[in-house]
Amino acid sequence: MKLIKSIVRPNKVDEVKDALARLNIAGMTVTEVRGHGKQKGHTAIYRGKEYNVSLLPKMEVEVVVADALADEAIKAIVDAARTGEIGDGRVFVFPVLESYRIRTGEREV
Amino acid sequence: MKLIKSIVRPNKVDDVKDALATLNISGMTVTEVRGHGKQKGHTAIYRGKEYNVSLLPKMEIEIVVADNLVEEAIKAIVQAARTGEIGDGRVFVFPVLESYRIRTGERES
Amino acid sequence: MNQADTAWMLISTALVLLMTPALAFFYGGLVRSKNALNTMMMSFISLGFVGVLWALIGYSLALSAGNNWIGDLSLGFLNGVGLDAAGAIVPITIPHALYMAFQATFCIITAALISGAIVERMRFSAYLTFISLWSVVVYAPLAHWVWGGGWLADMGAWDFAGGTVVHVNAGAAAFVAAFVVGKRSEYRASTLLPHSVPLVLLGSGLLWFGWFGFNAGSALAASPIAGLAFVTTMLAPAATLVVWTFLDLWRSGKPTAVGAATAIVVGLVAITPAAGFISPLNAIFLGAIAAVPSYFALIIRAKTSLDDSLDVVAAHGVGGTVGALLTGVFAERSVNGVFDGLIAGNPGQVLIQGAAVLTAIVYSGVMSFILLKAISIVLPLRATADDESVGLDITQHGEEAYMHVGGASARTHL
Repeated sequence: MKLIKSIVRPNKVDEVKDALARLNIAGMTVTEVRGHGKQKGHTAIYRGKEYNVSLLPKMEVEVVVADALADEAIKAIVDAARTGEIGDGRVFVFPVLESYRIRTGEREV
Repeated sequence: MKLIKSIVRPNKVDDVKDALATLNISGMTVTEVRGHGKQKGHTAIYRGKEYNVSLLPKMEIEIVVADNLVEEAIKAIVQAARTGEIGDGRVFVFPVLESYRIRTGERES
Repeated sequence: MNQADTAWMLISTALVLLMTPALAFFYGGLVRSKNALNTMMMSFISLGFVGVLWALIGYSLALSAGNNWIGDLSLGFLNGVGLDAAGAIVPITIPHALYMAFQATFCIITAALISGAIVERMRFSAYLTFISLWSVVVYAPLAHWVWGGGWLADMGAWDFAGGTVVHVNAGAAAFVAAFVVGKRSEYRASTLLPHSVPLVLLGSGLLWFGWFGFNAGSALAASPIAGLAFVTTMLAPAATLVVWTFLDLWRSGKPTAVGAATAIVVGLVAITPAAGFISPLNAIFLGAIAAVPSYFALIIRAKTSLDDSLDVVAAHGVGGTVGALLTGVFAERSVNGVFDGLIAGNPGQVLIQGAAVLTAIVYSGVMSFILLKAISIVLPLRATADDESVGLDITQHGEEAYMHVGGASARTHL
């Protein structure tokens, strides 16, 4: 089982969700995060002072999938979230040792 | 050492915190997230339009515990967070390769 | 000169001025957080640019003698707009300069109302150019026709506080602006939800508060008619809110907060032309009736591809039209001392009211279209696709509505 953690543009969450739904991956957690990568930040001006805001708003989408589905899921996410411009985000994959469903307490494989 | 990441109902955070405290687990990170699983969303109505809000508010609780505490911690979380209804959430377990305490810089085992 | 009248008009002017920041909250809460400041600025900026243009030229074109079609430049640059009551187009008992300022607040909010149709994608500079020119080319003549002794007034059309001049006018311009600027690139996406409904409620509450100045101030005196307009302004939106709640319950089983805020605005818009002309009891009927067309206009609009994002047409265009027509239905000479409507035996008044509304729609629609097309030759009307995606707060203003500690918190909350 793998955790796929994607950092994507905020306006791409719907498309990623739809792309994953087509693979019957329904469970996901979405968090507003701020990220910093190759994408340049912007300059904010407050009362004459300039600030460089380099942490830009992004959305983090986390899904846990069976090992066999991981490659397909990654491809779906990348295809859905890509614009080709700097700032499209990243996808990270982590091993999941165990997974439990709280409602039943059962361990999943 | 393991990272235990739980997605629970927002009103169960205190119960989980208390349950973990009885195991002397006090360090944790709690984040407001939005999750999507088997639980059906609800319909939001905004003026003329109806929207299906499928990403429902959840709380994510992350704790890092020693290997010998993992079983007990998972059991405590599941018991505290369970209502028996769809939407109770999930618990995922990840390996932690290393851990450092920033104040002292020391590596923990 | 009357001191009571002057005191009331000082307060009324401040009340109406507050409506523009109130509108900023109302509109600002309805958009996504990345566009909250831009949307609020679209209202606030009107206080500056439209306010100054009104003093320099708009006021004179609207409310000096001139001819049937437009005022003249005799009051331009505040020439002759002094502290005595002399020189105003209508008989007043307050300083002429105060009358000018009171009227300025109307022009300011009317221009700002249009912004609801084009939020989240219009380039700020193009918007600012548009409302500045619009306030002179569209608002001033229309105000002259109705309030400056122009041809609509001669025809016998009555508009107590600006149902036609303000709301139908803004609604028509909004329709055209939404059409010319085009829909948001994410129109139809499920994520186009209001980012702060509490701000929407705050805005609608402050609008109601300010609207007492708008309507009761339009009596231009601390008079019984001001009292009448004040009471109708309280009762009509109350009735709209009640009917709207039932419509919400009937349609979806839940009384929505955005619906309640919208209902209040619709009721206020509808009572505006009638405020000092109809009885308090009829104001309840007027407010109740006005809920229905706007409620369904919202639903129908959402099914179209016209991205009038914050429903200026449904709330102000439709609400203003219904209010203007119902003014011709409910008006009673025994109440207002001026004219009768349909129920009091003067059915022709409804037709005259309808003609005035139609005139406003056509003039405002056509002129707004021409203005926008002319501006688009010089300035792109739309923000770039990238800017729209990142959000207009950052790209147009270099600011964000909701900053986090040092702009640097790694994880923020939804």
